[in-house]
Amino acid sequence: MPALVFLIVVTQLPFAATLVISLFDWNSLYPEDREFAGLSNFGTVVSTPELRDAVLTTAVLTAAVVLVSLGLGLAVALLLDRSFRGRALVRTMLIAPFLLVPVAAALLWKHMLLNPEYGLVNGVINALAGLFGVDDPPQPVWISEMPLIAVEAALIWQWTPFMMLILLAGLQSRPLDVIEAARIDGAGSWQIFRHITLPHLRRYLELGALLGSIFIVQNFDAVYTLTSGGLGTANLPYAIYQTFYKSHEYGLASAAGVLVVIGSIALATFALRVVSSLFSEEVSRG
Amino acid sequence: MSTLTAPARTRRPRTPVPPPVRRARRRGSALALLAWATGILFFLPLAWMVLTSFHSEPAAATNPPSLVAPLTLDAYRTFFSAGGADGPWPPLINSMTAALCSTLLVLLLALPAAYALSLRPVRKWRDVMFFFLSTKMLPLVAGLLPVYLFASNSGLLDNIWLLVVLYTAMNLPIAVWMLQSFLAEIPVSVIEAAQIDGARLPTVLRRVIAPIAGPGMAATALICFIFSWNELLFALVLTGVRAETAPVFLTGFITSQGLFLAKVSAASLAISLPVLVAGFAAQDKLVQGLSLGAVK
Repeated sequence: MPALVFLIVVTQLPFAATLVISLFDWNSLYPEDREFAGLSNFGTVVSTPELRDAVLTTAVLTAAVVLVSLGLGLAVALLLDRSFRGRALVRTMLIAPFLLVPVAAALLWKHMLLNPEYGLVNGVINALAGLFGVDDPPQPVWISEMPLIAVEAALIWQWTPFMMLILLAGLQSRPLDVIEAARIDGAGSWQIFRHITLPHLRRYLELGALLGSIFIVQNFDAVYTLTSGGLGTANLPYAIYQTFYKSHEYGLASAAGVLVVIGSIALATFALRVVSSLFSEEVSRG
Repeated sequence: MSTLTAPARTRRPRTPVPPPVRRARRRGSALALLAWATGILFFLPLAWMVLTSFHSEPAAATNPPSLVAPLTLDAYRTFFSAGGADGPWPPLINSMTAALCSTLLVLLLALPAAYALSLRPVRKWRDVMFFFLSTKMLPLVAGLLPVYLFASNSGLLDNIWLLVVLYTAMNLPIAVWMLQSFLAEIPVSVIEAAQIDGARLPTVLRRVIAPIAGPGMAATALICFIFSWNELLFALVLTGVRAETAPVFLTGFITSQGLFLAKVSAASLAISLPVLVAGFAAQDKLVQGLSLGAVK
């Protein structure tokens, strides 16, 4: 199993090293002062406001983006589940945001949409106000006035298509005869959705939430590009990047990293249970 | 469409449409309209970026936005003709190298593993599969520091081949999962039949397995390519001047102010183009791949 060996060397060793470094008081600007510090780094992490806030930000950001894009994705998937003229084209337009390179998408939001002077959003507000004869419409400075919402909006725009694709695949695998039977028995659209479609979609919703969380907890591109972690938007990946790359606090960064890993393991344990239920009906050949 | 034209062709006398059907049809077209509106709303920012990239810089930076400004290729010309340190070609070539080489390596490593896990019963194969997946759930950022220290001590900093190795590790678990689910679709009986007919392993691989699993392998490769192409954090920390990748190059525009809007658009689109083209071409495969084969 060369793949297994390779994976252990490249992924597990760094984590082991992170664990060891997290026990040292180590700032690379003062290499002579490196000493064993036990668990004190963890205490510092928990009591440093920036890092503690980063934990909270990560949780809020992930929860908001996953929930909203899952809800929107479900709505759009239901719309696309019916046949109508140009459906393939609409679907293609919808997945476009997901295919844009993340940095490019973040740049698009930062410069072309949310810029207060020449961004599209304020431009549209201006144009609409002009139509209605309002001379001095509000022109909010989105990124500095509501930075976290700006990051969330950009991420929701990118991730709704992903959720939509998974849920659409789920919708199209529904057993049609059951729905037919329910309709004949006089069930309304809402009843069919509530009692047949939603239970069937449960596993697809879980899968979307799980994959979305894995990717969004680790998001770095949007935070780095849109706000550079300023104004309370630094999430854990950004905070760790900054602690080690800018402040050279190796021990501290590693301790934060270990905490992320612990959090992820909690998430992953839950996740694996979901995934194993997803795959449990697959043919097992072992 | 066919339901509307069918009665006309058979010249059946037109029967009055019962009110519930009429109501359902009207609701149907309203929902179709809503779907169109959503599609356009989601596409609008990207369309705006495309339009901006074909404007001159002053026209791109007007408020209210201008839809009728003359189109020009200036932004693309400036982007592609910039030489030296500002030139887009070295980062694009670096990204291409990292993405293509790591994708090849991933397939090379993942195929035997997936083959073993799906066709040959390995004891506790499920546990092995979950171990593979669990490595994907650990945040990359937690391993960043040791990798950085290793790279700076061994002089591998700013070296594109280091990224190739890291991207291979990053994508390997996904690839094994995806390939496993694709290979598991091949009926064992077909392979056994071929073996009874005297086919050796290479022949079985080429004549039986490759045709069935080919599309799945293509999907796997596509997703590995996209992830490697898009990766920013490792590239940002571990590369500098020589090994800079395209996303890192794009971060150079983060603080650009005022009159560079068209250039930012052109650069973003040019760098996203490989992923956009590949993704549009393989929409269905993309879902199946990203959901690790769980959604068929």
